[in-house]
Amino acid sequence: MQKNKSLARLFVVPFGLWATIFIVLPLFFVLYSGLSDGAGHLTLANLSEIAAWEYAKSLLLSIGLALLSTAVCLALAYPLVLILRRVRYGRGAWIFVLFLLPLWMNSLLTTMAWQTILETHGVLNTLLTALGFSPVAWINTPAAIVIGMVYNFLPYMVLPLYVSVTRIDPSVIDAARDLGASFWQALRRVILPLSMPGIVSGCTMVFIPALTTFVISALLGGNKIMLIGNIIEQEFTAAYDWQIGSALSMVLMVFILLNLLLEVFSDSEGKGARQ
Amino acid sequence: MNKKSKGYLGLLVLFMYAPIFVLVAQSFNASRYRGTWAGFTLDWYRELFGSESILDAFWNTLSIGFTAALLATLLALLTALGMKCISKKGQVMLRGLANVPLLNADIVTGISLMLLFLGLGLRLGYDTILLAHIVICLPYALLCILPQVLATDDVLYEAALDLGAPPFTAFRKVVLPELYPGILSAFLLSFAMSADDFIVTYFTKGAGINTLTTEIYAELKVGIHPELYALSTLFFVSVIVLVGLLAMNFRVLRARTSKRRLA
Amino acid sequence: MEKELLRLEHIRKSFDDRVIIEDLDLTIHENEFVTLLGPSGCGKTTILRMIGGFATPDRGRILFDGADITDLPPEKRQVNTVFQKYSLFSHMDVAENIAFGLRLKKKSRSYIRDKIQYALKLVGLEGYEHARVQELSGGQQQRIAIARAVVNEPKVLLFDEPLSALDLKMRQNMQRELVKIKRELGITFVFVTHDQEEALSMSDTVVVMNQGWIQQIGTPESVYNEPENAFVADFIGDSNIIPGTMVHDRLVHLLGKDIPCINEGFGENVPVDVQIRPEDITICAPEDGQYRGQITQVVFKGTVYDITIEAGGFSWLVQTITGHEKGAEVGIQLAPSNIVIMAKPESEDEEAAGDAEE
Repeated sequence: MQKNKSLARLFVVPFGLWATIFIVLPLFFVLYSGLSDGAGHLTLANLSEIAAWEYAKSLLLSIGLALLSTAVCLALAYPLVLILRRVRYGRGAWIFVLFLLPLWMNSLLTTMAWQTILETHGVLNTLLTALGFSPVAWINTPAAIVIGMVYNFLPYMVLPLYVSVTRIDPSVIDAARDLGASFWQALRRVILPLSMPGIVSGCTMVFIPALTTFVISALLGGNKIMLIGNIIEQEFTAAYDWQIGSALSMVLMVFILLNLLLEVFSDSEGKGARQ
Repeated sequence: MNKKSKGYLGLLVLFMYAPIFVLVAQSFNASRYRGTWAGFTLDWYRELFGSESILDAFWNTLSIGFTAALLATLLALLTALGMKCISKKGQVMLRGLANVPLLNADIVTGISLMLLFLGLGLRLGYDTILLAHIVICLPYALLCILPQVLATDDVLYEAALDLGAPPFTAFRKVVLPELYPGILSAFLLSFAMSADDFIVTYFTKGAGINTLTTEIYAELKVGIHPELYALSTLFFVSVIVLVGLLAMNFRVLRARTSKRRLA
Repeated sequence: MEKELLRLEHIRKSFDDRVIIEDLDLTIHENEFVTLLGPSGCGKTTILRMIGGFATPDRGRILFDGADITDLPPEKRQVNTVFQKYSLFSHMDVAENIAFGLRLKKKSRSYIRDKIQYALKLVGLEGYEHARVQELSGGQQQRIAIARAVVNEPKVLLFDEPLSALDLKMRQNMQRELVKIKRELGITFVFVTHDQEEALSMSDTVVVMNQGWIQQIGTPESVYNEPENAFVADFIGDSNIIPGTMVHDRLVHLLGKDIPCINEGFGENVPVDVQIRPEDITICAPEDGQYRGQITQVVFKGTVYDITIEAGGFSWLVQTITGHEKGAEVGIQLAPSNIVIMAKPESEDEEAAGDAEE
């Protein structure tokens, strides 16, 4: 048996090789490209170049829209999860599936649909005019981008929230009510703090793709609103300044890393909270 | 559930399904213009199946999806079996490594792989897409298979050996059947991830080849293509079928594990 | 008896068309220690949740100090609950847990501090203010749950099987502790358990329940010594329950013999259930006994021996403090005062209740 085990251990070797070449090495390629000039010499010039205002502006805009989308997702998902918590087991699962199903729909196609809904003579404005309102300019505005982001990433918020809220022992909530808390007080003082790991994890799961998207902004922002993702994409596909593109990608990697740390930290805090 | 909750659920469902409903409706709309209904037509479906570039892209998506899912599943299975036999610390490390593409932003994964392929002197094309898709499928495949492999009972395997079965036969007859639902889930999920991916494909595909998603993006950039509505509708139907298959598979999986717990 | 405090009238409660409680009346007095005792699913926890405000009866009403509280939400009741799994707030330390209710009531800082000290002293955990609740043992968490409830000065404290998660030694300690705390606070305790020993050792009043029906209400002594039906007799303590016929007053026909007893008023030739406690049976020489049989099993239980005797076509359980030889031929002697005669259940529901336990 012992011999078999040490033999089976070798099964991880192909994965080790694979991960080294296709997971670790590519990241070093980005670092190298971001820290070198066209001739391959190491330099910090790219980093000082991306400190320019036009890059900083789109980075700030990206962060702002991503934060806003994350907040909207949280605000929409939390009541949903509170409702689902109280639905009887089997039915709750069904409603849950209903919400997750659009997640499987290709996001390019659903974003195209939002184009159709939000454009100047689109579905929403046709509907508004029919109801006697004046049409609104939706498309090519930050609002359209936020709608697209919320639509695409809402399920990523619902999933971890659902897990963390349903994990709270109902009798703990009963206990809060028993000790004199109204529903809202119990929500603020007990349910919310206990579901913190889910909130953090949901927020990071929405924030990162919202921060880095270029598809949603390209389709709903009409190339007028440049997010950091759009700039990186253009550096690689149109401007062919790969060094700058890589340097900007490194900035994104820093954000991802920060996010990861935040989640790991809050998880180790939250672990003990679950009995 | 009170009225307020029901109303809220209803609004959210409307929000989630409005775009899908619009896509389906437009696919049968004779008007090219999106705000107006000009009668029922199947023209866009006819055009869809007449479009060579879309059919090519469809074929690429299928063959890359199938191959990537198969290879990712096999590699995940092998890795999971090996991980069962190494230390807890090693498991945590490997798992963290495997999850990097899952946690990383797609755009970074796509760019880093593109830089790697070009740095290694590969020509971007079908093969690089395939490699990239195995990279992004692997964490999902491992996620499906690893918990099941870790939960298998060594005793069964050892009993089979004890009864005189050669190791591989013992594995095939005793261990593999237990893992079958996980393997199938890994394959289906990997296929779905591959078929759904746009960003990583976009950066690793090179010129002259498209999968469905990159073809859609290219068409979206040049203007209105109503056949894409037809495509979306078909896509949504296949999503329902795929999710149904996955759900059924999970049910089988759960039924099996709970049966084992009872026994 | 003290003043009436809680009254449940014609309570009916069902979940998903499954009727848990059909029609229940119960009165609880001030400063009383009441235990609801019964097997799982008998409806005891449901009653507790209705008193606490976590469930509303389908029909009937609940009166507290004369006022109808049937539809009052839990936070508005002068009642606090100690939950089965303690349900402490894991994101707060001990002091914050205890202060939870007081902070909601906007009590002053010094008042809260004094109350925390008082409550911790009451449950014997002084100095634990800043401990994290996850680091406490089960028994300590239990005490904190009690402290957290009592600082709100409830008139009634509800306990939902609070000791079931503790080990035996701890459980016995907590039983004594609870009686002490109860005496100190001078409030009403309503305690739910399926453990008859727990019920008997702590309560002033035991309410024995089965399948949503109250089987008997009485002092621990009366439910043990004078069970009103076979369910109560069987559920509380060990019993030999044998169907018999009341021949006339003071004589019962049991396993083919007429045995003298002290019960009267059952009528003549009426079928009854006869209960004899295992410790009330005397083993004697074969020829001296009312029944004659053979010992088939002897199990030493620490302080007593459980002895099984096959006699008169029945397997008797007998408890003695001296050992006997397995296989020995013995006699069984029953003193008239140790025989308890119980009426057969009348309704089908009660019949079912009895059957379910066997």
